[in-house]
Amino acid sequence: MTLSNIVVLVKYVPDATGDRKFEADNTVDRVGVDGLLSELDEYAVEQALQIKEKRADEEITVTALTVGPAEAEAAVRKALQMGADKAVHVQDDAIAGSDAVATSLVLAKAIEKIGVPELIVGGLASTDGGMSVVPAMLAERLGLPQVTLAAVVETQGDQVRIKRDGDTATEVVGGTLPLVLSVTDQSGEARYPSFKGIMAAKKKPLETLALADIGVDASEVGLDAAWTKVDATTARPPRTAGEIVKDEDGSGATALVDFLASKKFI
Amino acid sequence: MSEVLVLVDHVDGAVRKPTYELLAIAKRIGSPSAVFIGGADKAAAAADAVKAYGADKVYVVDDAEIKGYLVAPKAEVLQQLAEKASPAAILIPASAEGKEIAGRLAIKLSSGLITDAVDVQVDGGEIVTTQSVFAGNFTVDAKVVKGTPIIAVKPNAAAPEEGAGAGAVEQFAAAISDGAKTAQIVAAQPRQATGRPELTEAAIVVSGGRGTGGDFTAVEGLADALGAAVGASRAAVDSGWKPHTFQVGQTGKVVSPQLYVANGISGAIQHRAGMQTSKTIVAVNKDEEAPIFELVDFGVVGDLHSVLPAVTAEIEKRKG
Repeated sequence: MTLSNIVVLVKYVPDATGDRKFEADNTVDRVGVDGLLSELDEYAVEQALQIKEKRADEEITVTALTVGPAEAEAAVRKALQMGADKAVHVQDDAIAGSDAVATSLVLAKAIEKIGVPELIVGGLASTDGGMSVVPAMLAERLGLPQVTLAAVVETQGDQVRIKRDGDTATEVVGGTLPLVLSVTDQSGEARYPSFKGIMAAKKKPLETLALADIGVDASEVGLDAAWTKVDATTARPPRTAGEIVKDEDGSGATALVDFLASKKFI
Repeated sequence: MSEVLVLVDHVDGAVRKPTYELLAIAKRIGSPSAVFIGGADKAAAAADAVKAYGADKVYVVDDAEIKGYLVAPKAEVLQQLAEKASPAAILIPASAEGKEIAGRLAIKLSSGLITDAVDVQVDGGEIVTTQSVFAGNFTVDAKVVKGTPIIAVKPNAAAPEEGAGAGAVEQFAAAISDGAKTAQIVAAQPRQATGRPELTEAAIVVSGGRGTGGDFTAVEGLADALGAAVGASRAAVDSGWKPHTFQVGQTGKVVSPQLYVANGISGAIQHRAGMQTSKTIVAVNKDEEAPIFELVDFGVVGDLHSVLPAVTAEIEKRKG
């Protein structure tokens, strides 16, 4: 099998260094905060581009795909600036508040619409919801295998080999295209867009699709269709200021051991 | 009483601690049914182990045909068991593999999924979960409103409870599709045993960061005195001082121990996301302006290379 198409999943998320919060309906506030391409998805874009570059004799098209509000266009724009060839943005007011199940449905239908590629690449997790389940759900919906959490990725022909840190062992996992791949931040530093890349991105195709375009009914997505319901979101109370001592000639060590003993850790 | 399926987390038949925590949670909801997918020769010992922690039933699924294949076959096993047993809930360890199994299962069963629950309670007949999000800055109470609740539970979400269940063993022959037998582990290098607790399961974690300068001797000495796991910040991992498997933080392990001791770690958001929900936090750092001190219950401004060995010696002395 030759590799002709790679789809990279990218998400627009609230900036983790900013003040992230929830709306009155307990959905993530995605409008009133600064957003950007999820840092962990940059590694997915990077790996897709590296695979394309390593297999230069094949005509590979890298498509960045996002689901989100109008602002989410920034996420696919960044992917185009890094070097993706084209972008698809599924945008529909009905999608707001969707859970991972609905998100995976929208992604699956959008991918079927634009053509199921040989390779779908995602990041390790989003930096907001952070469930790490969308690649598995998408693979299930498309009837594809998944090889996930790759720290090292190698492809040859239709074979994909990854190395990853499993829960109890370092593993080498093999799969055959087509499949869904997810990569971690260990897979390789993501490139910065060059000035040339930023200029070129302006001319690259960016297609916006609504739910009707991909054959998803509005009743299947959004907050009301979610299979889970959030009853409450509570800001963690600030930790009460602890005791801080300056170490002078070993006094800090004694004080620390006294503290640990008072808490019954010793 | 309805069954509650608990996927047994084990390494070659040796049941891991999160399984017992899941059984304790399952008891709150209904009658715990452990699901052991593994070698037929290891099943008896594993069944005894989960019975001692309350499993009323143990489904044994021989993995001879599916061993080494990733997640998809296990999701099919749970789907078929769920259709047979109509459980009140399905509990799965929130490991990387567990969450992927849960994700596939949710689609198969058209059921809602909650991941990374740090608590699960029954309130007025409803199963309510608690999650910690946005680097631990918010807690979220949620429930599943469609299908069979599938909940991936984080380690340390409950204390294991000894107390034998009925432990009735039932062999279950699942029909696994060829499509599920694709992605495969082709080689595995078990991690070298450190003799210390596993990072995500440990009750105490002692971590080192940039301030160690690459020398973890003092950090490891204190960890051993406390019976703790050793962790590292991203800075320490990026410097090559510790492998990525030691990393505590957003892109490493997220831990929630009883006690977390941060040494020479400034406390960047990346790191806080991985440890902020620890019950008690202690830090040792030369820089009194380090943001980690905003989080601590107790902090020492000082050089970890002199403070930690003194702490270790004092602990050993008091232990006698």
